[in-house]
Order: sequence, then C-alpha cells, then structure tokens
Amino acid sequence: MIADIGVVIWKEWKEILSWEGSRGKVGILIVVGLLGIFLPLQMGRAWVESPMMLAYWTWVPLFLVTSVVADSFAGERERHTLETLLASRLSDRAILFGKVGAAVGYGASITWLSLLVGLVTTNLAHGKGKLLLYPVTMGLGIVGLSLLGAGLAASAGCLVSLRAATARQAQQTLSIAIMVLLFVPTFGTRALPEEWKARLLETFMAMDITGLVVIAVVILTVLNVGLLVVAMTRFRRAQLILQ
Amino acid sequence: MTDCAIRTDNLTRDFDTVRAVHHLALEVPRGMIFGFLGPNGAGKTTTIRLLLGLLEPTEGRAEVLGFDTQTQADEIRCRTGALLEHSGLYQRLSAEDNLEFYGRIWHMPANTRQTRIKELLIHLGLWERRKERVGTWSRGMKQKLAIARALLHRPPLIFLDEPTAGLDPIAAAALREDFATLAAREGVTVFLTTHNLSEAEKLCRLVGVIRQGQLLTVGSPDQLRAKQGTPRVEILGRGFSETVMASLRARPEVVKVEQRDNRMLIDLRGAVDTAPLVGLMVSAGAQVEEVRRGNASLEEVFLTLMEEEK
Repeated sequence: MIADIGVVIWKEWKEILSWEGSRGKVGILIVVGLLGIFLPLQMGRAWVESPMMLAYWTWVPLFLVTSVVADSFAGERERHTLETLLASRLSDRAILFGKVGAAVGYGASITWLSLLVGLVTTNLAHGKGKLLLYPVTMGLGIVGLSLLGAGLAASAGCLVSLRAATARQAQQTLSIAIMVLLFVPTFGTRALPEEWKARLLETFMAMDITGLVVIAVVILTVLNVGLLVVAMTRFRRAQLILQ
Repeated sequence: MTDCAIRTDNLTRDFDTVRAVHHLALEVPRGMIFGFLGPNGAGKTTTIRLLLGLLEPTEGRAEVLGFDTQTQADEIRCRTGALLEHSGLYQRLSAEDNLEFYGRIWHMPANTRQTRIKELLIHLGLWERRKERVGTWSRGMKQKLAIARALLHRPPLIFLDEPTAGLDPIAAAALREDFATLAAREGVTVFLTTHNLSEAEKLCRLVGVIRQGQLLTVGSPDQLRAKQGTPRVEILGRGFSETVMASLRARPEVVKVEQRDNRMLIDLRGAVDTAPLVGLMVSAGAQVEEVRRGNASLEEVFLTLMEEEK
C-alpha cells in the first residue's frame, strides 16, 4: 500500500506544480520569499529566538495546505477524473492517504524551506558575525508542530472535499473552519472572567516550552487521528460516484 | 478458468424509485467485442459501474473474470481497464504523465512502462505530442489517449462507455479502427456500450440491446437481423413509376415499398422468391439493373425493438 500511496502523491505533486498563478511554482516562491526573507528582515533576531514562533509555524502550514487540499476530491469530481481513478486498482486507503500525504508534504515542505531560508536571512541580516540557530527544543517543536498542523488541515480538507460539490465550495468551507479555529480561542479567552484568565496565564507561565510543545503535540495528534478515522469511514466509492 | 468474461444473474439496481437495471441476465464470452446497445438512460453506464464493483446491486449478482463484483471488486479492478463516461484524463498533465501515472498504479516496472507507453502512443499517432498538456488536445485525441490508458497494463477485459460519443465521423471512424485493431492484437474482451448502431455492427460479434434497464435481446448482428429484421430486396434501376409501385403493393408477399432515387426497397413477408416481383416490375415498365437480397440493418432492428417495447 505504501507504493500506491506514493503513486498518488506523485500525481498530486505533478498537478500542484503544473498549476499556474498563486498556487503553482510562482506561488511557492512568493510564500518562501515572504516567510523566508521579508518577515525575518522585519522581525530581526526574534524570528529565531522568540517562543511565539512555535505558534506561528503551527499556523503557517494550515493556510498552505488549505489552498491545495480543497481540490483533492472535489476538484477531481469537478474535472471528471474521479470515477476513472476509483475504477483503478488503488484501494480506498491508498487514495485517501495519498491525497492527505500530498497535501501534508506540500504544506510541511514549504514551511520547512521557509524556516531554513529565514534562518539564513536572519543570520545574514542580524547575526553580527555570530551563528544564530533555533534552540533545540524550539526547532524540534516547530518541525513537529508544523507537520501536525499540516496533517490537521489535510485530514480536515480531505473530509470536506469528499463531500463538497466543487473545489471552490470546499475551499470556502475550509476557510471558514480555519477562521473559527483562529478566532474562537482569541475571543473566547477574552470573554473569560478575569479570575479564570489570571489562572490560565499563571498555568502557562509556569510551564516550560517543552511542556507546551508536548501538550500541543498530543492535542494535534489526537485531532489528526480522529479526523483521519472519520475520513476513512466517509470514503465510499459508490457515494463518491453518485454525488 | 471460466469461459465467460462477464456473467450476470438477475442483476438489479434501483435509484430511489427508478429501476436503472432490471433483472439483467447476461453472459459475455471471453475474447470478443460485445456491444451493449441502448438509448440514453437505458442503464448502460450503471451496468458498467455494477460490473466494476463501483456500485452495489439492489438484487442479484454478477461475476467478472470469475470474480464476484460485491466481494472481490478489488480483484476485478486489478484486471480490467476502463474508459468511462468521461475520458478521466488529467488536463494539466502531459499525455506521457497521464499514462505514467496509471502505469505506476498498475505496478508496471519502469522499463516495461516506458516501452508500453511508447508502443501505444506510436500506434495511436500521439507520440510526437506526448509532452503536451492534454487540456490543449481535441476530444478525439483525448479519447485515443484514454483508450491507451485502458489498455496500458494489458488487461484481459476493458470497458468502453460510448468511446466515440461527441466525435466527428472521421475521428470516430479512426478511433473505432484503433481500438478494434488493438483489441484484436492483444486478444482482450471488450464490453462496449454505444448508441451508435453502425459502430456496433462493424465491431461486435455479439450485441445485447437494453431499454429502461431491461435486456431485450442478445445475439450476433446477423442473428438479430434474421430474428427481428424483415427480409428485404433492393432493386436498382429506372422507371420506378407509381404504376410499378402500385402493382408491387398489391402483391400479398410485399409488406412495404419505398423508393429512394434510383433504388426501390421492398420489404417482404418471409423468404419469398423475388423473380416474379422483378418480372412484374419489368412488365409495368421499370428497367431493372441490379437486384440485391438482404435483411434490415441493425439500426432498423434496434428501432423495431424500441417500438415493440413502447
């Protein structure tokens, strides 16, 4: 099955790279330029040293993945390629995991490339002769969390795309979901009583980065697995053809 | 190994209140082109989806290459190729990449894959344009490429769902010839759905006619013509006046008389001797140059069947 997943990923990447405009090669260069050159120049050493970057790099792949994953099933359905794919020897899981894998690969690899370019930019612009590196815990945390963030968006995206009539509809649904994920915690915490907010802040301040990373990894892993399981149960060839 | 590539027994599929396939009982022997004829909405595409295990039947069962469509659909899809309602090609990828993708899906080794892709593209006259994006191609070229994809892994059975639909007559004829040659050369069984009757007549050794999900008849085109078609005489000549036609219509063995330019088509009641009819025409003033006997075309048989079932 691993080989079959690889074949689907190969095709998905070929298609992504063949896109013209903001989602294709030009789009990738713009994202890497923004995240790897422009923002590090603006932020200085904080780009490498601030613990806030952990949260930042978890969100980045979510947005990147959303731009491609909506197309996974809805796009194939729209372009009438899905039925032929379903009539091939590929298993349900190979198709689903291949689609998820391709989106994760897209989001994570651009994120990591931006991370690397950003490190070089920060060193060149703000290093002052010293080698600046991400602290080990933070570096590993960024790599792990960005991967899990990409996985979360890819699983949710495939789930939405399985049911959506068009890629555009899937994209809109996913964008709304991300906005909710972004704004609910922000505004939700503001709405909490002052006493609760103080206690929450105290708890966070008491934790070290490692503890925070571990909690985030656990939550994201559970969400990833849960969404994948739901997507697997929703993957029905007959339904996909008749929709 | 069973002699039948496809066998269905009481195969039925309902969509809400509509019965798309109605107790279908069909046997398709291996190694031939089987034509599945029917008007739009007759249940042809649903039958293919059932045979590929993409849909589950409401009732009955089907076996494809000896495998049950409900419990062994994966085995069936491993051994079949398909050109479905749409060509299913990735428009942004090149022709070569489209075939490369499906070659990889079927686990063809790299060398075999490359050789096979080249062989098929050369045969279909697409080799020079293999690097072009498929989206820029004409419909005829896309259909050719989709046939190459269906045959790529040398499956023993391929499903072609109206492969020439929407093509101009020249492109359709070229495509027909291509897949007939390839199918014969590779010895594959072809399950071809079409509503183009001349296509079925030219290609198929066996045809089945379906209407509103029900199989009306199965047989070779000759058998169907003999069973359903009216014996006919075609007379070429001049002077086919109203007098000639009236004298023919008065004969009890004549069902219908029709004139088309310098041709007279006479439908007969059973296998009767035509010499008295020719004599009658000559005596009524017609000049007869040639007399041909035959049955109605498959198209006429098909139309008769459709009329009977209304």
